Amino acid sequence: MIIDLTQMQPGEIGAIVEIHGGQGMIKRLQSMGIRPGKKIAKVSSHFWRGPQTVEIGNMQVTVGFGMAKRILVEVKR
Amino acid sequence: MKIEKILLAGNPNVGKSAIFSRLTGAKVMISNYPGTTVEFTQGNMKLGDENVMIIDVPGTYTLEPTCKAEDVACRMVKEGGLVINIIDATNLERNLYLTLELLEKDIPVIVALNMWDDTKHRGIHIDIKKLEEQLGVPVVSTCCLTGEGIKELINRLPEAKALKATVYSDGQKWERIGRIIEEVQRLTHRHHTLLEILEDLSIKPLTGLPIALGVIYCAFWIVRFIGENLIGYIFQPLFTRLWLPLMMKLSVLLREGTFLHHIVIGNLIDGKIDFGQSFGILTTGLFLPIAMILPYIFSFYLILGVLEDLGYLPRLAVLADNLMHHLGLHGYAIIPFILGLGCNVPGALATRVLEERREKFIAATLMAIAIPCMAQIAMIVGIVGQRGGKYVAIVFGTLFFLLIIKGLILNKILKGVSPEILVEIPPYRMPQATAVIKKLWMRLSGFLREALPFVLLGVFFVNILYALKVIDFFTYIFSPILTNLWGLPQEAIGALIVGFLRKDVAVGMLGLLNLTTKQLVIGSTILAVYFPCIATFVVLIRELGVKDMLKATLIMVVVALSVGTMLNLFLS
Ligand SMILES: Nc1nc2c(ncn2[C@@H]2O[C@H](COP(=O)(O)OP(=O)(O)OP(=O)(O)O)[C@@H](O)[C@H]2O)c(=O)[nH]1
Ligand SMILES: [Mg+2]
Repeated sequence: MIIDLTQMQPGEIGAIVEIHGGQGMIKRLQSMGIRPGKKIAKVSSHFWRGPQTVEIGNMQVTVGFGMAKRILVEVKR
Repeated sequence: MKIEKILLAGNPNVGKSAIFSRLTGAKVMISNYPGTTVEFTQGNMKLGDENVMIIDVPGTYTLEPTCKAEDVACRMVKEGGLVINIIDATNLERNLYLTLELLEKDIPVIVALNMWDDTKHRGIHIDIKKLEEQLGVPVVSTCCLTGEGIKELINRLPEAKALKATVYSDGQKWERIGRIIEEVQRLTHRHHTLLEILEDLSIKPLTGLPIALGVIYCAFWIVRFIGENLIGYIFQPLFTRLWLPLMMKLSVLLREGTFLHHIVIGNLIDGKIDFGQSFGILTTGLFLPIAMILPYIFSFYLILGVLEDLGYLPRLAVLADNLMHHLGLHGYAIIPFILGLGCNVPGALATRVLEERREKFIAATLMAIAIPCMAQIAMIVGIVGQRGGKYVAIVFGTLFFLLIIKGLILNKILKGVSPEILVEIPPYRMPQATAVIKKLWMRLSGFLREALPFVLLGVFFVNILYALKVIDFFTYIFSPILTNLWGLPQEAIGALIVGFLRKDVAVGMLGLLNLTTKQLVIGSTILAVYFPCIATFVVLIRELGVKDMLKATLIMVVVALSVGTMLNLFLS
């Protein structure tokens, strides 16, 4: 099932399928290692449309809510 | 090939500055969060008989910059030189993207696989030989904590190669990286360590927020505890027991009433030197920075250093993100604020990690207005604190209130929206005592070297100001504002003038004026908001440009006028 990053539960694991957004944003995310095909685990999500922290590879990254909405992830539910 | 210039390039927080410091012996800021270095730093290293210039540059994920700090890095790479590409070995895959970009350029590259020690705990095995074959340039593993591999890195510098590889698309680059990783890296299972459990707890909101409040509370408590005790048990006794008798002798020698006595010793209060009130260069001029301010600078930077090296700041940034969005900023803008609490100058520089101009403007203006530096805080605590802790709380409470209100307003009226946070959260690392002490020493000596002369100058200036009666002119012009709006005596103008130079000296001057408690509270609040000190001002002009800085200055004046008036009306 495909959901966006904000809908993942903390602890849930998935794989990025697609990132919507402008070239600039996609490039920036990519260069940090956030790109389609990567395994991703949700670490935490903050209240009130707050930032979302994920783990990719060995690294934790925090992504703002709006950006996280544009990252689509395939999860098993 | 002759090596003339070496650049240290790599992703943020991979240990570039740590390697720089190992190679050159020069002292630079090393902290566990991305964006520590925002400006390039030059150093020198002996290579054989040659002296080679080494440059530490800000971290960047790509050669296409997204903020000022990254822009500095990319421009440095364009200028050429040999590049030591520093890679965080625990994040090989992500780091290799920049490596491949660098290999496409016509510059010699050598790769340092840093954080080699960390790969062991993390169950990461990297075959260096194979990686070298795959990349086509030398690869050396390094560890900055022990210095392992640094010698080899130096020895192999001449082997650095400019591949000028074919330029590939992003997709092709990632495919290639995938293949390289497949070939050279092997992961083994491992258990979570205690630090990793803490990492999780401190970033999840339900546990993270209470932890953050606890950390902030403890940090302030410890800073105050250490500061107060250093002053009470060490610095004040030192000054009164050792320095005072000397100064009394000097006072007799110079004879009260002479000009020299006035400058050096200052006024005698009931025939005695009072370190807080005399205002001579060798009395108040030394007492203020050393016995009143330095202890707080010491304790603040000690605690900050520990938190920085642990890697706590980015987590605080994430927790503050929501609040900061209302102010037109994102969470990472908390880094300039926190650094600004020590001294506004590094705080202003740190706004370079912010992506957009609007955001930089808001962050810089808010900091200049509402974040007093530690020297000023120490003086407010020392002088307003004599009237009671409540009044210190009113000053800082007002400043905090201003920070929020001003942010809300700027966010409303300035065009555009605040960009979103996108930041790497580094792992917790145990702060190393030697590293913390080194950094503390850097900052303390920085204060003594850069601030102390200005404090002395400020005190000198105070005396000249009064002696030449320049002050009367300003008093004449500004007294309507001072007396009618703010309820301050005319003489307070002296403090406002000196405040351009040093805010701490200015707060000290308020202590001379026999102000009522209310006046003291108003005076110190206005001193905090009306203008940044000259050093910060210069940096801000450079960072924001003249036009934006004029705008910011206008805002400050308006804020100072209204806040002073408001306090005057509502405080009793
Ligand atoms: N365990 C381990 N830690 C290291 C090593 N090298 C650096 N560090 C730590 O990594 C953190 C980042 O080091 P810096 O030298 O500030 O990194 P930087 O690349 O200059 O970072 P920016 O200036 O922010 O781009 C610091 O806390 C260092 O103590 C290493 O070899 N092993
Ligand atoms: Mg650095």
